[in-house]
Amino acid sequence: MRTLRAPRRPAAPTAPRRDPAPSRLAFRAERLWLTPGFRRALRLGLPLLLVTGLAGGYLADGGRRAALQADLADLRLSVENRPEFMVGLMAIDGASPPVARAIRKMLPVTLPVSSFRLDLPAFRAAIEQIDAVASADLQVRKGGVLQVVVRERVPVILWRGRAGLEMLDATGHRVATLLDRTARGDLPVIAGVGADQAVGEALEVLAAAGPVTPRIRGLVRMGERRWDVVLDRDQRILLPEERPVAAMQRVAALDQAEDLLGRDIAVVDLRNEMRPTIRLAGTEAMGTADSEVVGQ
Amino acid sequence: MRDLYQAQRAMRAMRRAALQRGVVAVLDVGSSKIACLVLRFEAEVPREDGLGALAGQSQFRVIGAATTRARGMRFGEVDAMQETERAIRTAVQAAQKMAQTRVDHVIACFSGARPRSYGLAGDVQILDGQVSEQDVARVLAACDVPDFGPGREVLHAHPVNFAIDHRSGFTDPRGHVGNRLATDMHLLTIDTQAVQNLIYCIRRCDLEIAGFASSAYVSGLSSLVEDEQELGAACIDIGGGSTGISVFIKKHMIFAETIRLGGDHVTLDISKGLQVPLATAERMKTIHGGVQATGMDDREMIEIGGDSGDWEKDRRRVSRTELIGIMRPRVEEIFEEARAILDAAGFDQLPSQQIVLTGGGSQIPGLDLLAARILGQSVRLGRPLRVQGLPQVATGAPFSATVGLCLFAANPQDEWWDFEIPAERYPARSLRRAVKWFKDNW
Repeated sequence: MRTLRAPRRPAAPTAPRRDPAPSRLAFRAERLWLTPGFRRALRLGLPLLLVTGLAGGYLADGGRRAALQADLADLRLSVENRPEFMVGLMAIDGASPPVARAIRKMLPVTLPVSSFRLDLPAFRAAIEQIDAVASADLQVRKGGVLQVVVRERVPVILWRGRAGLEMLDATGHRVATLLDRTARGDLPVIAGVGADQAVGEALEVLAAAGPVTPRIRGLVRMGERRWDVVLDRDQRILLPEERPVAAMQRVAALDQAEDLLGRDIAVVDLRNEMRPTIRLAGTEAMGTADSEVVGQ
Repeated sequence: MRDLYQAQRAMRAMRRAALQRGVVAVLDVGSSKIACLVLRFEAEVPREDGLGALAGQSQFRVIGAATTRARGMRFGEVDAMQETERAIRTAVQAAQKMAQTRVDHVIACFSGARPRSYGLAGDVQILDGQVSEQDVARVLAACDVPDFGPGREVLHAHPVNFAIDHRSGFTDPRGHVGNRLATDMHLLTIDTQAVQNLIYCIRRCDLEIAGFASSAYVSGLSSLVEDEQELGAACIDIGGGSTGISVFIKKHMIFAETIRLGGDHVTLDISKGLQVPLATAERMKTIHGGVQATGMDDREMIEIGGDSGDWEKDRRRVSRTELIGIMRPRVEEIFEEARAILDAAGFDQLPSQQIVLTGGGSQIPGLDLLAARILGQSVRLGRPLRVQGLPQVATGAPFSATVGLCLFAANPQDEWWDFEIPAERYPARSLRRAVKWFKDNW
């Protein structure tokens, strides 16, 4: 008897995997697409071209360009004028009241003003133009404060020039004009053309004077090359061009040992180091020779 | 000979250009499948110890691989041009897609075109006592080329051996001192028409041909290991429509031949014998096929099936023994042909007579036992060398020619046209022609 159930059928032979051949056109198109240069041109160049074309087309009209610029300017202004950026106060540190007043007067804009409008380097340069100011630091601080930190020049010496009495600092730079000598009686005086060029030397000479200091009336620059020390009682010490400090020390030592300046001497001439000379007072009146004493 | 020499030189230049560009495709045009691999050549990065990774095999990497059913091919030759062109297009496009790059240069191999081997010998007097490049060129030019008839072309020309006076076995004779330089050259010729058809198909796909190789040669390159190539071995590449045989010794191919029989004939026998369609026959061959029948096989019944609607025909069953009985005579025939060819080539004179079976047909179970009966005891099944980046599906025996083509592309052996042109043969007209070209064009 035959079985009614059919035996299990073998799996139908699978049809060969379909891989249809591409057409010539498709093949060429795919090869073109796989060309790196073409691909880059299409993926980068084309959008770039599109964007620049659109932007260029929009901006080709002059009216649109102007409107765009005006919009941009408005935007900029509205940001600049925000309260966060406004400067309302100027604080000045380290300046004496007259200098502070001068600085306030020099500020080119009226406060309050946006910090974008402040040209701090230019303002700083203007402040440093003031003679009394050695240097200035400017900073816009939180809270809309323009902080100006000033370092003033310290007057160390008075210079009696053609224009009057001027205060100089240690480098010889002018600080201010002094109307009254007694206002700064603590400062020594120098005089003569070119004295301001040699303030450092003058200070060294004065420091070397030691016990003679109370008698010094001032220093006079002679011929823009050497110093004369003028004492009270019309006495003068003529210092050499070179090594004036040593010469001054020598005079101070002589004075201490021999009371040189206490005597009736008009001039101590140390211009020639090897041949110090003194002139007695009243010799001009006598008008005689033998007025010089050859040194010790 | 001159034309061919120039054509092969041009192909070499093309291949050099392709390698410089870094991407080249290899195309194995077989009669049952067409495989295309896209190789990327990387600049050699010298290591500290001066060696390359994987002994220099790593200079390229497979970045795209595709296989397609061959259409329009018979016996390893182009039969229907349009169909073959389409198949090549399919394979190349799929490989390009996987590689995500475009390839313009193709190195192709094919199994058919009736290759024929010639051994050439030439000798020449060395001019100044020491062998120079010019002497090598002259001795290669002095080989007496046999008359291989019209319509044949040289595919490979390997200088196998150099001899100086009575010392033989030089691979590189330059700089040696002697009086006479002699050489042995192996020449492989093929049918011009067959190769021209293939060139036409590849050109139709907008591809430039950067090299040609015989598939018997390249599958030997990939499936024979180094000592087999050195000591003497034959590679039998059982393909779909043809079976390639190549004999190697001292790392040179000395003989190649093709049998116009292959796995497709086995399928055809099954189809005829069991009266089933070819697709079913192919499936039965790959799933149940074999060449050694055992008692167990009598009891293993295979459903044949059929879509005729007739109950008797659709319920047919055969035992596996019957299937083996159909397959075995054909396989034996292939091996007997191979035996005859190897005997004629003098394979039994070689020091080692290793035989390596490879190709898609070598996957029939029990084939090595059958081969050992006919071809000799030292038979093994070969698979191709491993190369970087090759997909797992393409590492089996059917791809030995494809992989061998990669090796051929990466480090080719010197062929005749790689050497200098002998000075006396330099065409005197060429300079004149160059001057004329300049005059005409500028």
